[in-house]
Amino acid sequence: MATVRLSFSPAPVHVRTARLVGVAVARRAGVREDLLDEVRLAIGEACTRAVALHRQYGVTDPVLVEMSDSPAYSVRVVDRAPIEAGIGLAALPPDELANESLTDEALTTGVGFALLAGFVEDLQVRPVDEGIGTEVRMVWPVGR
Amino acid sequence: MELSLATRTVGEHTVLEVGGEVDVYTAPRLRERLLELIDGGARRVIVDLGRVDFLDSTGLGVLVGALKRLRAAGGSFALVCDKEPLLKIFRITALDQVFPLHPTVDAAVSADPTRTGA
Repeated sequence: MATVRLSFSPAPVHVRTARLVGVAVARRAGVREDLLDEVRLAIGEACTRAVALHRQYGVTDPVLVEMSDSPAYSVRVVDRAPIEAGIGLAALPPDELANESLTDEALTTGVGFALLAGFVEDLQVRPVDEGIGTEVRMVWPVGR
Repeated sequence: MELSLATRTVGEHTVLEVGGEVDVYTAPRLRERLLELIDGGARRVIVDLGRVDFLDSTGLGVLVGALKRLRAAGGSFALVCDKEPLLKIFRITALDQVFPLHPTVDAAVSADPTRTGA
């Protein structure tokens, strides 16, 4: 089993780096080529969510991304924000998406979760085992 | 690839051509440019996503913001997109039911119900 860990300061500029690393490790692990766009998007959404939460709560700790390739390709994105894990895991209906009263933040969060849920079959959002924070865990099959 | 933004005019329409990656880092620049266009008087805006190779929830949020703003001002907003990976993003988020989506700029112009002589 090979593991790659990346931790980055909670700044938007680093999310792209996390996506690039995530896709490189996925390719190396043997994830099918036609799934890589989805891997890229899902890792980006999970990291974007983590960065937004750290900034919202003034948490300066790094966001952790951990990738491992056995038996499947799994990615954990760990934040340290003091919230109840798993909230907001519901897609917004179309008539609410363009509603005037919906804030940009709420819209982006709802759309982000819709993308995660839509692109990742094996998705878990749960509190971290130790301390404060949430872990978004995503798994993709490898074609070996 | 970095975000690229270029504006051109097609008849009554302002077309914003977007290229590269629209994500949590670059989306604020897209938002600024759209606000500049709308504040500068553009009322029929088409965003051409033909050269976009990555679009996330932050970018989608910016596009919805522009749609709402133009709708409130009595204008129109449409997207040009013919790439399947991007279209899938719109379907999964149900935003395909919110945005007018067209395969070409010409199709977006012709379909605009607010254009003069439509």
